[in-house]
Amino acid sequence: MALASKTLLSLRHPLSDASAQVEILENKLNLMPFAERFKETGEEELVATGIEIFQVNVGKLCNQACKHCHVDAGPDRREIMSQETMRLCLDALAKTAIPKVDITGGAPEMNPNFRWFVKEVKALGRHVMTRSNLTILLANGFEDLPEFFAEHQVEVISSLPHYSPSLTDKQRGEDVFSRSIEAIKRLNALGYGKEGSGLIFNLVHNPVGAFLPPNQSALEKDYKRELSKRYEIAFNRLYAITNLPVGRFLEYLLASGNYEAYMTKLVSQFNPVAAKGVMCRNTISIGWDGYLYDCDFNQMLELKVGYGAPTHIKDFDWEKLNRRKIVTRQHCYGCAAGAGSSCGGAIA
Amino acid sequence: MDTYYNPSDLAKFAEVGEGNKELMNKFFSWYNAVFAEGALSEREKALIALAVAHAVQCPYCIDAYTQESLSKGATLEQMTEAIHVAAAIRGGASLVHGVQMKNVYQKLSM
Repeated sequence: MALASKTLLSLRHPLSDASAQVEILENKLNLMPFAERFKETGEEELVATGIEIFQVNVGKLCNQACKHCHVDAGPDRREIMSQETMRLCLDALAKTAIPKVDITGGAPEMNPNFRWFVKEVKALGRHVMTRSNLTILLANGFEDLPEFFAEHQVEVISSLPHYSPSLTDKQRGEDVFSRSIEAIKRLNALGYGKEGSGLIFNLVHNPVGAFLPPNQSALEKDYKRELSKRYEIAFNRLYAITNLPVGRFLEYLLASGNYEAYMTKLVSQFNPVAAKGVMCRNTISIGWDGYLYDCDFNQMLELKVGYGAPTHIKDFDWEKLNRRKIVTRQHCYGCAAGAGSSCGGAIA
Repeated sequence: MDTYYNPSDLAKFAEVGEGNKELMNKFFSWYNAVFAEGALSEREKALIALAVAHAVQCPYCIDAYTQESLSKGATLEQMTEAIHVAAAIRGGASLVHGVQMKNVYQKLSM
């Protein structure tokens, strides 16, 4: 079984350099800067409203290499968070009342200190969400993860771009759909995705191509009906997430000749209501090396928090970060287009 | 002008209203109401539009409603079935006129 294709880094692609991506986003097209457009919300600038989600990217290592991955994650990536940096995250978290910790990657489970970190976060009394690609739950040495998740009441959020096997495999790799279904059955058997179990299992839809996601609630009904009918599997919520022009999705847009039309669509569908509710306002994103970002997309573009806010977890200052001004570039249009998009799905 | 149809012209649709803004505004107001969720879902309406776009063979509409169908969550299988419906009605509409041919034939034949 070959799940992985190639990362931009392994191909020595020019876009493996984050600054090359920023250069394209800022200068390839003559679009109104997002920061200017944001003023249509009635607010002068995009400022955080208080951190509720502490999102930790524990590394770029992954057993898959999905075509749309903004992280450019894959089996060849070696950047993973050390236990020392995790301790700094825990120290920072302990000094706050931030209720939710969102652990992402890569495949976060492949970080050798993942389970230790989850237990330590739970010991601080915080809710833990983890973004699992599902296929990792079937890999050697990881098969007991569903039980681990259940034991620690970890909320599991997983990508399944479509209930059609061919569409999912197109984006995520050969056999990913069938293996994802097998993993979901294991989670369901423990109560995940079942009403009343207290074990939350949410799915993520990303469009398989250069278009925006459909209405989230309508699509959730389709997913529930089709996945129940075809595979007898269940889940709680569906998050419809827009692909942002970052990482391998940016490379796809450029290589397929869709970049200009896609960016134009994002700009033309700018929605002030969605823009006001973007997730960077209540999130702080921590990179594998401890640097701080406004979101995971900014992290992959290496755009650290700015405007005087502390940039590393060792200098974490909750009060300053709670009211920081957000660093924006043209990719931000992706979170504000149509119904909006966040790690928790549609906004408006 | 190299060709009558240029993809970038689709974005200029609203400019057609320059000669009479009032009529164009009325058109878009009605148009947007037509495609809003109602007794039919937005996706069903997008698929109907895609089928009609093929029947009237409008390249602008085919481009726009392929994108719209995808954005409403339609699959390639659903979109293909929709254009088969258009093709079947077009083909059937030709074929059913065979009754007229038959009528004339019967009148003229011994």
